[in-house]
This record gives sequence, C-alpha cells and structure tokens, in this order.
Amino acid sequence: MGLGTNKKTSPQPQVPRHNIFMNFAAQINSILAALILLTAFGLLVQRRIYGLLHLFAWQGLFLSISTGIVGYVSNVNHLYISSVLTLVLKVIVLPYILHVLIIRMQIHKEVETVVNIPTTMLIGIALVIFSYHLTAPIIEISTLVTKSTLAVALATVMLGLLMMITRRNAVTQIIGFLSMENGLFLAATSATYGMPLVVELGVALDILIAAFIFGIFFFQIRTAFDSLDVNSMAKLKEED
Amino acid sequence: MSQIYPVIIEILQIAILLIAAPVFIGWIRMLKCWSQGRTSAGILQPYRDIAKLFTKDVVLAENASWIFRFTPYLVFGVTVLVGAIVPILSVDLPLSATADVIVLIGLFAIARFFTALAGMDIGTAFGGMGSSREMMIASLAEPAMLMAIFTVSLVSRSTSLSQIVHVITSKGFILRPSIAFAVLAFIFIAIAETGRIPVDNPATHLELTMIHEAMILEYSGRHLALMEWAGMMKVFLFASIGIAVFFPWGIAPKDNLIYLPAAILFLAIKLCLAGTGLVLIETGLAKMRIFRIPEFLGSAFLFATLGMLSYFILE
Repeated sequence: MGLGTNKKTSPQPQVPRHNIFMNFAAQINSILAALILLTAFGLLVQRRIYGLLHLFAWQGLFLSISTGIVGYVSNVNHLYISSVLTLVLKVIVLPYILHVLIIRMQIHKEVETVVNIPTTMLIGIALVIFSYHLTAPIIEISTLVTKSTLAVALATVMLGLLMMITRRNAVTQIIGFLSMENGLFLAATSATYGMPLVVELGVALDILIAAFIFGIFFFQIRTAFDSLDVNSMAKLKEED
Repeated sequence: MSQIYPVIIEILQIAILLIAAPVFIGWIRMLKCWSQGRTSAGILQPYRDIAKLFTKDVVLAENASWIFRFTPYLVFGVTVLVGAIVPILSVDLPLSATADVIVLIGLFAIARFFTALAGMDIGTAFGGMGSSREMMIASLAEPAMLMAIFTVSLVSRSTSLSQIVHVITSKGFILRPSIAFAVLAFIFIAIAETGRIPVDNPATHLELTMIHEAMILEYSGRHLALMEWAGMMKVFLFASIGIAVFFPWGIAPKDNLIYLPAAILFLAIKLCLAGTGLVLIETGLAKMRIFRIPEFLGSAFLFATLGMLSYFILE
C-alpha cells in the first residue's frame, strides 16, 4: 500500500480524464479481470496441451489489454510499455517457445490425466472466495479505480499454484507457473498502477530466461526418465 | 378499462406462445438443413407434424397406468402456465405476481418429474434408461440454473421476472462481468434442459444416445402431439427467459398498449438471432459422451458461481 500512496502523491501531474470515460474504462477493466479469472479456471480444467497453450496466450492478451486500459485511466505512461511487453512476451514469444518444445519432444498428442476435474473446480471456487476475503481490507482502503481487480489477481496466483500442484506433466506445471506470474503482474497493476519500469523489464527478462532454462530442463528430464511425468522423479533409485 | 389491458396482453402472449413455438422450431430446423447442405421441409413443417399426430389413434400399452395417460396433459398445461408467467411481450402480466423465477424452475421440474415417471410406467428398458439419464442431467442442471438466476437477482434485487425486466431496462446498459458469466452459464444450462446437441440429440432414435426421446418413445397419437408441442414450447420459453433476463430491451413496459407491436417485432428479431446461435452451436459441435455431461454442467455451475462471486468482487 505504501507504494500506492507514493504513486498518488508523486510529482507526475494527474490529468483527470472525463468521468464517463473513466466509468466505462473501469467497467471494461472489470470485464477483462473476469476474463482473466475465466482463463485461469480454463487452464485448471483443460486436458489437452495445445488447449492449455491457447488459453495461456488468451490470458496474456487480456492482461495486456487490461494493463493498457489501466495506463490510460491512470495516465501512467510506462504502463503502455509493459502492456506491449506483455503482448510480445506472453502472447507471442512464450507460447511459441513452448509450442516448439512440445513439437520437439513429441508430446503434442498427449492428453493428460488430471486429478478429478470437478473437485479441482470446487477447490478453485473456494480459493477465489478465500482471496476475496484476504484482499477485502486492502480494497476497502484503496482509492484506485482498479482496486476491485486485486482479488481476481490474487485468485489467479492461487489458481496457478493449484494447477502446479494438481498436474503431473512438467510442461503443464510450467504453464501453471507462468499463469501465476500473470496473476502477480495483474496484482501489481491493480494495487499500485504497476511496478516501476525497471522492475517490470527485469521480470520480463527473467521470464524469458526462465522459459529457456525450462526448455533445457525438459530435455534433461526426458533423457533421464523417458517421460515428462514428474511422478517418475520421486523414485530415487532404479527398481528391479 | 385499464384493468382489461393486462388480461388482453396475457391472452395474446399465450396465443403467441402456442403459435410461435412450432415456427421457432421450424426456423431452427430450416437453418440447420441449410447449414448442412440439405433441403428443408419448410418453416411450417412442425405444424404439419402436430396436426398429423392429432388425427392418429392413441396406442396404449396394456399395463399403462393413469400416470402415463395424464402426463401429456400435465406437461402441456404446466408449459402453458410457464408461458403465462414469463414476460415474453410485456411486463404487465396478471399472473406474473403468482410465481417468481424459482417457482418457474419448479414448474419445469414437475413436468420433468412426471415425464420421467411416465417413461418408467410402461416398464420398457428404454423408458427407464431415458428417465434415469434425464434425472441425472436435471440434478446437475437445476443448481446451476438457480445460481445463474440468483446472480441476476442480486443485480436487480428481485426474483420476479417482471421486476428483473423492469429494473434492467430502466437502468440502462452497464457492462457487468457477473451478468456475462450468468449468460454463459444460462446458455449451457438451456442447451442441457431443452435437450439439444451437445447434450442430447432431439432428432435421433438411436437407442444408445437418446435421452428425452427415450422417455417419450411409447407415446403416440394426440399424447405424442402434446408432448412434442410442449417440447417446442420449452425451447421457445427458455429462449424467452434468456431474452427477458439478459436482453430485455424491447419488452413493453406497464400500461402501454402502443409498445406491443414493437415488442412483437423485437421478440421476432431476438428469437431469429437466438435460433441462429443455437444452430451454429449444434452444427459446430458433436454430441458428447454421456459421462462428459457432468463436466459440461459442472462448468456451467462454475460460470454461475463465478458470476455470483464477481458481483461481490468486481462491482
């Protein structure tokens, strides 16, 4: 919250936008937040790997548009940059890298067995309620237009975490991780109108590097265990 | 004089329901034929089907009880009653005060309950199978339906359909994520409840896949005509409930007979669009395995719950 109040009193002059526009932008923003939440649930229940990739790309697109709108509403110009960065990185580059990995490792036809989808959905709903409760005090004292999306951001983080727990395939776990990162990014934009540009650039670079390292890891896991199922990593020694 | 207007509107609305439901189904079938490259039988074919069935003799199984004979009349009557409550043309309905949307769902449940009993009454294997499947779908669809309706009720602070229409039309258009989720959930549930593809195929009599058709397989003559007609009205009513709750602009307000022609026109346009949407869904998707239906309806429940949550979180 400290950062948020800082931002408000920062020397950058806040030119007030027209009120109706602001209202409309806030409505669009909450619709986009809802869509991000929807894609997070979609990732949780999707069985096919290509479906997961598409959903992840959609989530990135919604996030990018939402960041752009927040940038317009708050008049914080560097949000446009991070919006474009999100668009390039999370909608185009990362899905492309994962796509290439999937083709290289020939897992594109794999349909993953997920632990009981309806139960996962119910846990997901409980997580949404939990994160709403958790963020309710912050939302109460916040004065930003985007304050309501904070709960959605936290829920997205938790759903990404849940996905990493319930899935067994390494690639899907990575997608869960990246969707968690999307949630964090949304939290930053909704709670404080974005992190400073340097931090955002650093995070973006980190994600990119992480994707490459994941790729190397995938190949290592595959050569060592003959599959990307992380359950096989639980065995420490070869059995007869 | 002004006390007679609502009664006129009520009668007009029931007449429109009875007449327009087969045309609506005919429109859907015609579009479907076109989209699949077949020649259609024309938009009035459902009338000819019903008329033919009314002239045929009723064949009853020897062990059919009163439930089997009584069910078609009950289902037809209940469906007409629902049509008298849903604001299809105007919110100014005398009967709308008698039942809110929860009772509407209950009325549909009565019709379904008796249809399922009738399916088991004869004692054939198909009837029982159809009944058990129908009840499985119903037990999953009803909670989701209630959740979707509650979301709308939260927004408009009422469970009465007329009141919902009145509140939404008088407030003007606001983009609400909760309503968007509720629309999505409602479409899923409406497909399941009216037995369309991907949940059930209304055109099939293949033993392994039919659900609704399996229950009414033993009906013939005027009984079958009433069941078919009620089924058509059910599709029409679900489309009307969806229109009334989510896109009510164009439904005539209180004490205003002048708006009625415009309301009829708007209704026709919206129903044409709804039919087109349904045909697009039915042509684009294949019927899913019956064991995937819980997942399909589970996601409908998820959307409805998310809608309700996002009302509290985002608005």
